[in-house]
Amino acid sequence: MAEQEISLLEGCRVLDLADEKGLFCGKLLGELGADVIKVEPPAGDTARNIGPFYKDTPHPDKSLFWFFTNMYKKGITLNLETSDGKEIFKKLVETADFVTESFEPGYMESLGLGYSALEKINPRIIMTSITPFGQTGPYAHYKTTDIVGVSMGGMVYISGELDRPPNRISSPQFYLMGGLHGAAGSMVAHYHRELTGEGQHVDVSCQQAVALSLMVVAEIYDMLKFSYRGMGPNYAGARPGAPPLFSRVIYPCRDGHVFCLITGASQAGMVASSKALAEMANRDGLASELKDYPWQTIDAATISQEELDSIIEPIRAFIETKTKHELFDEALERGILLAPITTMKDVVESPQLAARDFWQAVEHPELGETITYPGYPIKISEFTHRVQRRAPLIGEHNEEIYEGEMGFSKDQVALLKNHGVI
Amino acid sequence: MSRQVFEGVKVADFSWVAVGPQVARELAFHGATVVRVECHRWPETTRTAGPFKDGVTGINRSAFATAYNTNKYGISLDLNMPRGQELARKLVRWADIVTDSMSPGAMAKWGLDYESCKKIKPDIIYYSTCQMGQHGPYCRFKGYGMLGVSYAGYCHLNGWPDRDPLPFFNNHSDFISPYYLATALIAALLYRRKTGRGMYLDQSQVEVGINFLAPLVLDYVVNKRIACRMGNRDMYIAPHALFPCRGSDRWVAIAITGELEWHSFCNVIGQPEWTRDTRFNTLLGRKENEDELERLIAEWTLGRTATQVMHMLQEVGIPAGVVQTAEDLFNDPQLKYREHFRYLEHKVIGVHAYHSPAYKLSKTPCEIRKAGPCLGEDNEHVYKNILGLSDDEIADLLIEGVITTETDMPEVLRDK
Repeated sequence: MAEQEISLLEGCRVLDLADEKGLFCGKLLGELGADVIKVEPPAGDTARNIGPFYKDTPHPDKSLFWFFTNMYKKGITLNLETSDGKEIFKKLVETADFVTESFEPGYMESLGLGYSALEKINPRIIMTSITPFGQTGPYAHYKTTDIVGVSMGGMVYISGELDRPPNRISSPQFYLMGGLHGAAGSMVAHYHRELTGEGQHVDVSCQQAVALSLMVVAEIYDMLKFSYRGMGPNYAGARPGAPPLFSRVIYPCRDGHVFCLITGASQAGMVASSKALAEMANRDGLASELKDYPWQTIDAATISQEELDSIIEPIRAFIETKTKHELFDEALERGILLAPITTMKDVVESPQLAARDFWQAVEHPELGETITYPGYPIKISEFTHRVQRRAPLIGEHNEEIYEGEMGFSKDQVALLKNHGVI
Repeated sequence: MSRQVFEGVKVADFSWVAVGPQVARELAFHGATVVRVECHRWPETTRTAGPFKDGVTGINRSAFATAYNTNKYGISLDLNMPRGQELARKLVRWADIVTDSMSPGAMAKWGLDYESCKKIKPDIIYYSTCQMGQHGPYCRFKGYGMLGVSYAGYCHLNGWPDRDPLPFFNNHSDFISPYYLATALIAALLYRRKTGRGMYLDQSQVEVGINFLAPLVLDYVVNKRIACRMGNRDMYIAPHALFPCRGSDRWVAIAITGELEWHSFCNVIGQPEWTRDTRFNTLLGRKENEDELERLIAEWTLGRTATQVMHMLQEVGIPAGVVQTAEDLFNDPQLKYREHFRYLEHKVIGVHAYHSPAYKLSKTPCEIRKAGPCLGEDNEHVYKNILGLSDDEIADLLIEGVITTETDMPEVLRDK
């Protein structure tokens, strides 16, 4: 592996106007080596108020969501609603490659800073707009939070207990997914721009990003007119003309839970996995009824619920006697489709992630501390990952950008500050 | 027809199941030529797992198998045969990008790992994606995304605090990993244009999943708090729940994020006195009396459809949304407006639905034109026009079984 820092987007500048809804897009471009400038209102971005906080101290420079979604970025303050602010922004656009934003559709136009205006300043500019439902359409102005967004995208209905409402994962995904697809769309536009010199507007819908994440849920409806519903700790196979088949996948064990797939021949590796798991139980004198079970004959379309339950019950009883570790170690050894259900503590202590050099230590001089962050999930042969920059404090790089780069005098900066422009 | 963004970019797609094929699909959506390599002797999971057209199994009947292969060519080839490997090398020589989503080590067995491909084509760009990455003590971990998300901390955060954790039917990391990889892949293509150098990308899908839980990971790192599932509640917002609506198993999501919204909400639902009720007039009060509040709001929502509630609340700027089912997604006016689902004709399945990208490009829109291929559907075109084989050579390869035609699905899944 070369010792070069990552620089796939070296020399590209991103002006990041986004709030909570689109911050992740700029982070992903920064991760690939772009020079990202987070442009915030003078009072600071509202995403700085999102908890949890460092040492549980609510403070605009201590939001952990902010920390993560603004790594790699520099930060300046700028009030786009003032004439001076608009002029400064237009000046920055002249030399920028990307503008990312997540305002309500129409807001940038109302400031005279919509794509058609920016394109005149810099025809190469790519403007990426990340909003819950896209720039136009009947729901374009609908408001969301995470739970509203993932519900509208179809992700909530497919998870939950049968005797309770469906449920959302207790960690927001909606805007991260929009930011991720924003980065993908920005890169497609970037490729086109590098070949032709032509920029464009990228219009991202977080709702569509979620709809794309449902595995075969849409396809199941399209084929069988069945809307998949969360079925507690089970998967449920849709069967035309018969009730769905419940296959348990979450099993309690001695110190927590494991995920385990026990079925027949419909997925690669499944027969060998089920056989090995039964053998493991047999060795402990359990699940003797599954000795020599003909796994390859299981047909998910016709097997009865009673038959499947009679396979699952002895496996459940066996798993209950073991720890997550005992089960996973042997699962790895024998190719059994089983994984521990981890907590955040388990994740941080994972030997695999340590061996992959996944974690990144990032200095926070303002806190007198180094904090360990999740790292980039792709190893790239040409590069080592570049030293990371922690998220900016409010207006941290005002001097560098306004004075050093744009050439404003100290007096001018003071004047702009005085009038709430920066 | 205008020039497509990735016109002329060539992909030899050896990947399978969900993650790897979606990455190549992203390029295919915008004009890349992608050749997907499969084999009848070990048909891939998506072909055997369904959903099948009319619920009838068959190697070309699964909409799972077509979903991530829009706009691609499909060929059949036995990589276990020396002649098959030879043809695969020919395809690598043709390609700009080689894809791999097998368990670590599988591609090396066929002489198709990065180092081997680099010898065939020195500037090749090659990506591998698997659950745990190519190295490390657990790299031999074989499995699907549902196991990966369990290991990445998702299930522990999904469900109710008084019940067992819940699985993810959608294998969440399988559907965020592809876009991470696509962004890096496009950057790699541009890097190669500039420098003439290819590269190797090694993705861990578990690590992608963990990135999407980062605030909670950091909460453990700096505050030692181990996050747990909390039903539909939120630490910082109340009310924040799904409420039952008219109909069977119908729900609406409502989240009231501030004082103004709370006042509008109370007015809309005809309970203006709640703004003065000491149980509910402050955020701390609403949080403390959340059970009671949820119960009372449910009395109002129950008499209305989820769509009615959403429209009434959105009209006054309150975040509310239908908990949409798959059927709802197909009828959603916004998704229709955005043309999210596109309909293509598949040779066996007939006309059926395909997803389109979540982003719209103003000057170079994607073109969605070809249904995911049947197994070996484009053999003639690819072997003849792309790899330059003669009709005689192709006939020999068919006879020898190098180009496969015989389904070797498990008996229970054979075409019926």
